[in-house]
Amino acid sequence: MKIHEYQAKAILKKYGVAVPRGEMVENREQAEAAAKSLFNAGASGVVVKAQIHAGGRGKGGGVKIAKSVEEAGDIASKMLGMTLITHQTGPEGRVVRCLLVEETLPIERELYLGIVIDRAEARPVFMASQSGGMEIEQVAEENPDAILKEYITPGMGLEGFQARKLAFRLGLKPEQVNQAVKFMTGLNKCFEETDSSLMEINPFITTSDGRLFALDAKMNFDDNALFRHPDLKELRDITEEDPLEVEASKYSLNYIKLDGNVGCMVNGAGLAMATMDIIKYAGGMPANFLDVGGGANAEQVTHAFEILLSDKNVKAVLINIFGGILRVDTLARGVVEAATKTKIQLPIVLRLEGTNVEQGREILQQSGLNFIVAETMKDAAEKVVAAAG
Amino acid sequence: MSILVDKSTKVIVQGITGREGTFHAKACAEYGTKIVGGVTPGKGGATHEGWPVFNTVQEAVDKTGADTSIIFVPPPFAADAIMEAADAEVELIICITEGIPVLDMVRAWEFLQTRRSRLIGPNCPGIISPGKCKIGIMPARIHKEGNVGIVSRSGTLTYEAVYQLTTRGIGQSTAIGIGGDPIVGTNFIDALDLFNRDPQTEAVIMIGEIGGNAEETAAEFVKSRMKKPVIGFIAGQTAPPGRRMGHAGAIISGGHGTASEKIKAMEAAGIRMCTSPADIGETVATALGAKASV
Repeated sequence: MKIHEYQAKAILKKYGVAVPRGEMVENREQAEAAAKSLFNAGASGVVVKAQIHAGGRGKGGGVKIAKSVEEAGDIASKMLGMTLITHQTGPEGRVVRCLLVEETLPIERELYLGIVIDRAEARPVFMASQSGGMEIEQVAEENPDAILKEYITPGMGLEGFQARKLAFRLGLKPEQVNQAVKFMTGLNKCFEETDSSLMEINPFITTSDGRLFALDAKMNFDDNALFRHPDLKELRDITEEDPLEVEASKYSLNYIKLDGNVGCMVNGAGLAMATMDIIKYAGGMPANFLDVGGGANAEQVTHAFEILLSDKNVKAVLINIFGGILRVDTLARGVVEAATKTKIQLPIVLRLEGTNVEQGREILQQSGLNFIVAETMKDAAEKVVAAAG
Repeated sequence: MSILVDKSTKVIVQGITGREGTFHAKACAEYGTKIVGGVTPGKGGATHEGWPVFNTVQEAVDKTGADTSIIFVPPPFAADAIMEAADAEVELIICITEGIPVLDMVRAWEFLQTRRSRLIGPNCPGIISPGKCKIGIMPARIHKEGNVGIVSRSGTLTYEAVYQLTTRGIGQSTAIGIGGDPIVGTNFIDALDLFNRDPQTEAVIMIGEIGGNAEETAAEFVKSRMKKPVIGFIAGQTAPPGRRMGHAGAIISGGHGTASEKIKAMEAAGIRMCTSPADIGETVATALGAKASV
């Protein structure tokens, strides 16, 4: 699960990680009030930052500096409601619904800090680099040695010596090191206690008066751990997600919308991906990824069907089920029910195999509905691509 | 021969009184697997479907002599169940549970380094040596005893591969699902190494997917050590970057973990890659040459 920068900073603050003073706002009046209180508190300027779940906001015009309360208000009213397009949003962009108004700081150096799970090492890795402001992937590509790494021993956290090593190698001044150790250990504690899957402070800045701040903050949580963080679950912003994906998540369906016109419904993530691949191989383009899972029941299948059909790009549907836990007759009943209920006009190609496949086929035949039955995956892909036109 | 499991394997089921645990314990037993008991904390002393239930894994191992455990414990408690089994010196632990928090797996993985157990999974269909032993949730009837080993990150895609083999008359020595999570106990290299040394196995299918770089490191192993033909497939050639495709581990992040990178590395290692998932059976048949009989 992704959250906004202002939410991430509020969490970090609780862990003793220094963040600029600021406030989240949703309209011009709030923006002016926030700016006013920052100026009154001694800020020399304020920065207005669009809050969307994507990076690259600065280049897209989503981060602007204001020197007065009125200017902050002007920027805020222009930014709110705008569609922000960055390299991470795709061409459709994201509508800006809220902003973060923060004090500006006298930046001296821009550095990078990040924590991710290193899959091969099976533990978190704390990364630091002097190339703040750049994407870490680009640094990794161009100069991998510039990324400093410290692995976290499970159950132990980032030790003081590890943080000191990173701080000195980042070239921080001796008098800043203790501050940096506190910053980094706080960050790591936050990562562990919130079950984060990714945390990035980019840039991590030093100011001309020697202080350290998280100027930006990105935090993703492990969806599988949200059950033990009801407070974090509350931070989900569904306006940042595709409406069909939100709908699918209500029924525990793994659905991801794509650009093609062949809808597909599959059980199992690997087979679902392979089905998308074979659709492309047959000359078509998948409209979605949809894994109904191993234990899907008739109701879930019905919902899955409705979600597929609400995508207006879909011209034909391929159902590819290899029933292990999910019995084929269960699925067939769900498909017939959904097809009847939704009065579907689109061609449906079915490829069914596995537990109770005979009963499943019988249910489909007796339904009186016009299904196209395929024998193999290849046959199914070719038939559905032809049907989608 | 087969790898890891055979007719003598004695299995306990952690979470035996749950719906999934009960259903699959019965299905495994019907296949001929020696299920000797189960564990559900608080229900020790009871008998469930004819099997003795114990409060702890240690007690179950002491009383039944089990050497293997299959875990159907819900995600919040599954990593703990893995550690409990490892602590009781269960040799092979198979964790089916999907949805374990990754930081829980980090702890369990670290714990396993201090014990002698092998973990398969989590988030996997389990392991089957057709004709001998099934410890998992795969549909038994599609399998056939034979000489092709399978190692895969995906459950249903493994069934698909097995089905393509069986319908061509080609049997399997052992099929292992290593799981779709970012952190798993047994990786491709572990499984390939075992198949390499198994006299029954004559060829191996390796099914990977987007995310991480386990396929790339396994390709290095195949190039330097593997004496048997390896047939490969990578799912997710059309997957968009930055999206988690069903499996927690199936995500292209920061431009890495793409299908094309993996396919390139595997091809360079001499693995016979199938472009289409429908070609797996045919490619294996070709690799086995005259040995395949319908």
